[in-house]
Amino acid sequence: MTMLQGNTGDWEMVIGLEVHAQVISEAKLFSGAATAFGAEPNTQVSLVDAAMPGMLPVINRVAVEQAVRTGLGLKAEINLVSVFDRKNYFYPDLPQGYQISQFPKPIVGQGTLILDLAGGETREVGITRIHLEQDAGKSLHDQHPSNTFIDLNRSGVTLMEIVSEPDMRTPEEAGAYLRKLRSILRYLGTCDGNMEQGSLRCDANVSVRRAGDELGTRCEIKNVNSIRFVQQAIDYEARRQIELIEEGGTVDQETRLFDSGNGTTRSMRSKEEAHDYRYFPDPDLLPLEISQGFVEEIRASLPELPDAKKERFVSDYGLGTEDAGLLTAERATADFYEEVAKGRDSKLACNWVTGELFGVLNKSGLGIGDSPVSAAALGGLIDLIADGTLSGRLAKDVFEAMAETGKEASVVVEEKGLKQVSDSGAIEAEVDQVLQAYADKVAEYKGGKDKLFGFFVGQVMKATGGKANPGVVNEVLKKKLGG
Amino acid sequence: MSELNCLTMAQARDGLAKGDFTSVELTQAHIAALEASRELNAFVTETPEQALEAAKASDARRVSSNSGGGEAGSMEGLPIAIKDLFCTEGVLTTASSHILDGFTPQYESTVTANLWRAGAGMLGKTNLDEFAMGSATVTSYYGPTVNPWRRSGDDKKLVPGGSSGGSAAAVAARAALGATGTDTGGSIRQPASFCGIVGIKPTYGRCSRWGIVAFASSLDQAGPMTRTVRDGAIMLGAMAGHDARDSTSADREVPDFEAALEKGVKGLKVGIPEEYQMKGMSPELLALWDQGKAWLTAAGAEMVPVSLPHTKYALPTYYIVAPAEASSNLARYDGVRYGLREEGETLQEMYENTRGEGFGAEVTRRVLIGTYVLSAGYYDAYYLKAQKLRTLISRDFREAFDKVDVLLTPTAPSPAFAIGEKMDDPIAMYLNDVFTVPASLAGLPAASIPAGLSGDGLPLGLQLITHPFDEETMFRAARAVEDAAAFNAEPTLMAGDGS
Amino acid sequence: MPLDKATVARIATLARIRVPEEELESLAAEMDKIIGWVEQLDEVTTDDVPPMASVVDVELPWRDDEVTDGDCRDKVLANAPEKVEGFFAVSKVLE
Ligand SMILES: [Mg+2]
Ligand SMILES: [Zn+2]
Repeated sequence: MTMLQGNTGDWEMVIGLEVHAQVISEAKLFSGAATAFGAEPNTQVSLVDAAMPGMLPVINRVAVEQAVRTGLGLKAEINLVSVFDRKNYFYPDLPQGYQISQFPKPIVGQGTLILDLAGGETREVGITRIHLEQDAGKSLHDQHPSNTFIDLNRSGVTLMEIVSEPDMRTPEEAGAYLRKLRSILRYLGTCDGNMEQGSLRCDANVSVRRAGDELGTRCEIKNVNSIRFVQQAIDYEARRQIELIEEGGTVDQETRLFDSGNGTTRSMRSKEEAHDYRYFPDPDLLPLEISQGFVEEIRASLPELPDAKKERFVSDYGLGTEDAGLLTAERATADFYEEVAKGRDSKLACNWVTGELFGVLNKSGLGIGDSPVSAAALGGLIDLIADGTLSGRLAKDVFEAMAETGKEASVVVEEKGLKQVSDSGAIEAEVDQVLQAYADKVAEYKGGKDKLFGFFVGQVMKATGGKANPGVVNEVLKKKLGG
Repeated sequence: MSELNCLTMAQARDGLAKGDFTSVELTQAHIAALEASRELNAFVTETPEQALEAAKASDARRVSSNSGGGEAGSMEGLPIAIKDLFCTEGVLTTASSHILDGFTPQYESTVTANLWRAGAGMLGKTNLDEFAMGSATVTSYYGPTVNPWRRSGDDKKLVPGGSSGGSAAAVAARAALGATGTDTGGSIRQPASFCGIVGIKPTYGRCSRWGIVAFASSLDQAGPMTRTVRDGAIMLGAMAGHDARDSTSADREVPDFEAALEKGVKGLKVGIPEEYQMKGMSPELLALWDQGKAWLTAAGAEMVPVSLPHTKYALPTYYIVAPAEASSNLARYDGVRYGLREEGETLQEMYENTRGEGFGAEVTRRVLIGTYVLSAGYYDAYYLKAQKLRTLISRDFREAFDKVDVLLTPTAPSPAFAIGEKMDDPIAMYLNDVFTVPASLAGLPAASIPAGLSGDGLPLGLQLITHPFDEETMFRAARAVEDAAAFNAEPTLMAGDGS
Repeated sequence: MPLDKATVARIATLARIRVPEEELESLAAEMDKIIGWVEQLDEVTTDDVPPMASVVDVELPWRDDEVTDGDCRDKVLANAPEKVEGFFAVSKVLE
């Protein structure tokens, strides 16, 4: 299942991901300019970001904290001494002519991430490292026929480059990795995870090999901006490599671009010039030293993370791992669920959140934060089921109305008169009328045609407009027919 | 009144305080001197209007402070020159490079801002070796600066040293009371020695680097160039101080350097590094050095032989580290955001044309050397090796300073040479910095004091080096040398000397 | 290995400096001489010596996460050789 079939046999994909995550902070990594998305060009640029002569970097405390927080969230080792290096290359959106990054001594070392796969299965992927670095500006190539425009607003924004081990074997695992990583970053509040706006960007390293063989030559696919595209790009790239090798060719180690228009990858640069980044420690900055106390303070402030929360949902709420995974993927969803489940039937709460509520949210494209039905309101609806006011079927109608109008369950019930009738006297009268009207069927029933019982129930429900408590109807019918 | 430009900074300060003359008068005298000495090519840009405006404002402040409205700054009303490596708001800043054509900073360097806050005014921006890379001020895009000194009986034009040659020449010629310099491997001390003035490189981190065009970040340090040690103390006091915008700036109090001057050297241990006595050193230089030892001994100091075993490796270490950092620091000059742009068919061509056209031969050579020593496969052999040597060189100094308070050495291996000499051999030129580079690599404070004349009548300097952040001891020893040397020779070309 | 013409040409491309073909030879000779000269450092055994990490005994200072800068487009663009509608402009980059 994890193998790709070629013309000459089976192939294994080997996938490692490099994710660039923009750190949530007010100001940039080495300057006091703002980081907000979507500002007018070059308005969030300091003289430092524009690399004016004589400008110098000073590091932002929060960038350091966020990197440590992310490292702890990925159960990684934190390096108390790390070093900023200059990565030298020329590009118009790189004003200094070098990117300040970390190379041999990153702030975060090895960690792990647990993939949540289909059917509640899990699998570990190694994190190689996380380092801090500056984002580049933006080059706009399509604004003018003969010019490239440069906007430096993004120049100098803090990035965490999160590098995985080549531990993934299928595009689906790569997708699961990105979903889980994004979930953890959001829980931690270190990156908003928005791939469309580019605050989370993924480069995929892909190679193929025969099972058990050494690693093959890899290609790096740059800057793919959705999880679906990442999977598509990996799939295409692996098949391209297999075809190439099977036809007697060899894979060149190169950087490739994904074309989302036709789902293919293509070589990005001609090979005339191999990159030689000439990394060396940035002499404008001293080594970054942090204390164990600083790390512990951040550790103490970490929220419960998705894996721990999922485990707790399974043990405390008695949920299945798949449901627990669904509910804990987003912190807001988990919080919503816990509010609904508090003091109520936790499984019923789970069914309502993952069933009806997710259905409505998906259909309307809303996030849990914009849910038209609040957790308290959904809890109120479940309470009405529990106390017998609503049948399950009625509750669904009520929920629909709640989603449309934003009203409380009790208000909808009141307005529509949907209250369930459980009074056995009233129901007895209805039952009597039905049995009278269908005397012939009663005779057939008594003659042994048991299946007609459901017919009588249906008629009573119809007569009461669906409001009769089905349990009471059953009871009364049994008594009258059996007696 | 006709020779206000020949006053020392301290004399001018006191004269202003007493009301003997105004800052406008003092500044006008300097503007006249600057104009009279244009043949030196000491300035890239003259800013007389700005100087006069600052003088007027200063005079006004003085009037108001005399009537109780605030205090006069430590350099109130004093006109000075600024090396054209300091970014000055609204004033062309070139680093003497073609590549910064027309560049007008929208910001003021921390050091110059500190000077203006202390009350000083700017006469102009002085010439330097392109991007401060050189020891003769001959690599400037704006032509060489001429040393105001001449050999006796010889009219050949001499170099002022470098890279702060324009500042040194301007101060020696009395066209400015003092000037800022920057020192990466000797760029303040060596030209000071060549021009017969005082040059001070403080501890790395003492003056902010913010707003100074970077050459080699781990070595660059600003300092004053003046005609007396006292003036150096006054001016360094105004330039120095912690700056939160420079991560390598030291968060330390700036001592009252002037107050340290007259503390004498009695009981000080003066180290004489044996490795500085190099083969082929001229007898007159050795004699001057011996003279210096004798002066300090007479003043009550004790001479102690010390060893700095890695001294001979300092220059090659420097010529790896400095070009490596420079190759990266100069990557920003790409024709995109400021300065020169030479168009090309492609962006790559635009870069290559701009930088090929914009950088002179020495800068090109150093950027290429720096690129080479950092490139794949060579980093360990060159850059890493050099940074290890730097550790050893620093250790040498630390061990020496366990035994002594200050080191005494010559500043430069020779007096000023003629323009055109040593130009075809880069290594011969690099040897100019043989005595100054070790202290730069270790980040130590060091000063050059004019101490005597060579056989053909050119100034020679002695260098004093101390512990990090112990500029006060350096000033004490420097003042003692100055006092004993009583150097009062004057350059051949001196503006306003009554001629 | 001597620093030859081809190496200088490669380094010059890496450094984005146009060096006229006729100057490559002499530049290579000069650079080779300088590199040969700095190689005297090989005389020193440095296996156990750490590279110098910082010149002065100063701890890396940290800024607070506050917006204190930017919003100065005029200053940023003041010296631009070419600017259009608030952008820097260069001739088209082809990917
Ligand atoms: Mg990468
Ligand atoms: Zn990166």
